[in-house]
Amino acid sequence: MGRETYINIASLALLAGVPIWAWIVDEPFTITLATRAAIFALAGVGLNLALGLGGLISLGHAAFFGIGGYAMGILASHAQSYTPLMEVPFAIEGTKSMLVIWMVAIVTSALAALAIGLLSLRTSGVYFIMITLAFGQMIYYFAISWPAYGGEDGLSIYVRNDFPGLNTLVPIQFFGLCFGLLCLVLWLMSAVQKSSFGLALSAARQNETRVLSVGVEPYRLRLVAFTISGAITGLAGALFADLNRFVSPTMLSWQMSGEIIVFIIIGGVGRLFGPVIGAMVFILLEHVLGGLSEFWHVYLGALLLGIVLFAKGGVIGALAGREKAHD
Amino acid sequence: MTDVVLSTNRLFKSFGALRATNDVSLDLRKGEIHALIGPNGAGKSTLVQQITGHMMSDSGSVHLMGDDLSGKGPAARARLGLGRTFQISSLSMEHTVLQNAVLGALGRRGDVMRFLKPVMKDRALLSAAQDALARVGLAEYAAMLTADLSHGQRRQLEVAVALTLQPKVFLMDEPMAGLGLEGAQQMIALLTELRQSAPILLIEHDMDAVFALADRISVLVYGQVIATGTPEDIKVNPEIRAAYLGDEVPT
Repeated sequence: MGRETYINIASLALLAGVPIWAWIVDEPFTITLATRAAIFALAGVGLNLALGLGGLISLGHAAFFGIGGYAMGILASHAQSYTPLMEVPFAIEGTKSMLVIWMVAIVTSALAALAIGLLSLRTSGVYFIMITLAFGQMIYYFAISWPAYGGEDGLSIYVRNDFPGLNTLVPIQFFGLCFGLLCLVLWLMSAVQKSSFGLALSAARQNETRVLSVGVEPYRLRLVAFTISGAITGLAGALFADLNRFVSPTMLSWQMSGEIIVFIIIGGVGRLFGPVIGAMVFILLEHVLGGLSEFWHVYLGALLLGIVLFAKGGVIGALAGREKAHD
Repeated sequence: MTDVVLSTNRLFKSFGALRATNDVSLDLRKGEIHALIGPNGAGKSTLVQQITGHMMSDSGSVHLMGDDLSGKGPAARARLGLGRTFQISSLSMEHTVLQNAVLGALGRRGDVMRFLKPVMKDRALLSAAQDALARVGLAEYAAMLTADLSHGQRRQLEVAVALTLQPKVFLMDEPMAGLGLEGAQQMIALLTELRQSAPILLIEHDMDAVFALADRISVLVYGQVIATGTPEDIKVNPEIRAAYLGDEVPT
């Protein structure tokens, strides 16, 4: 096993160990922090497929995070008020079932990513960044001005949604659920990285002409990557809304998109566990520095500058060295 | 004319007032190496891009084994059997040599949308890739990162990737560029052998290589083919000597 593998295992062990310790000593707030980290990590793992492997710098991933969040909020709010979502042409009821909510979050955010990708992937470089940002902002302002679901104030859900066999209001159980999903998605993503698709997507990032000249369309690869990426970030959004029992347009804001990118940069762009470590560091800084000063983002900015200038591989790059070629 | 594999038919391309490609009709026949030569700015690169589909022609057509390539992009043309190498090496630098070759084999097989099966454990792809690497003499470098290859090795790898596609024609854009004497000799030997697999349209500056390899030579000047013929015809053609070859002709 390479050094990166040990770092990956250690990061998962830490992410699971801290809340278990907090559970034993009865520190529920720490469990909530760890849950936030796991959910942010999941959002980052989603973006990392597009950004790290595919080289698609999306500044609009908050759109998918927020769509996932609103999928949860809308379904759960209808369930708690016993009103159907719609009655014509056929009736759709709200639901408190997490499994259904996750499916809806994944499908809606995947569709949104597909639609946004279809248009924005025709551009590249800075234009791509700007167009994804523009789509993100459109959805953000739409959410603000749509009164049916709280508009600017957002939507509150009184009770966390249900998962068979678990009491999701117990912090450690909800953490376990989020952590389990994160592990599942990491495992899937590690397979995707090593697959035919992963090889071709990564080749398209490095050299588009090369991929074209072996008969493969980079556009299709990127569109699929962007769609899967959006779906995973959407799932994270549904979990995040469930964690807070609240969803608001803040989840759709471009600062959120930026934060997801920050997780990836801190941990290491294109590294499978980059967003996991990045999200943990982010939450830690937010908690520690946020306690010292309201302007803790200044320190975060300094850290980012340091990483971008001196440690381009992020934390994992600094610890594990140059990326080893696969197999 | 059944043995024509690739042909261009009255191709035109202008950039403003500049006629970069002016009524170019060429053909490439089974088993031959057809060299395209011409001074800098003659329009060789433009013509190559029109053939590969990176640039659309103003008029005229390109046919590959009877298929009209008009309106098809570079990826579609590659799938139809156009294997090419680039003037400036175009490879995935962060991937290993083997991964680059596997990508070619994957493109040939056409099932890139597989998400869970490890591609580097696919026996069929690996053996196709390894065969191609062995043919160009890179077998022992398979595990090396492409970025760590020498310039000459990158040129060989380009050929190997083109080979994995099992193309119907090779289009080679200055494969000798930047190679030393020894490297050029190796490349000449390699192309001589490759001709058995598919005919080669060779765009090349190195006159020694051209005269050593080509069955036919076309001379492109100001976007026009001023002559096509055997190396002997071209050598003795006074017009070409004056326009282009000068003292470079081997005597």
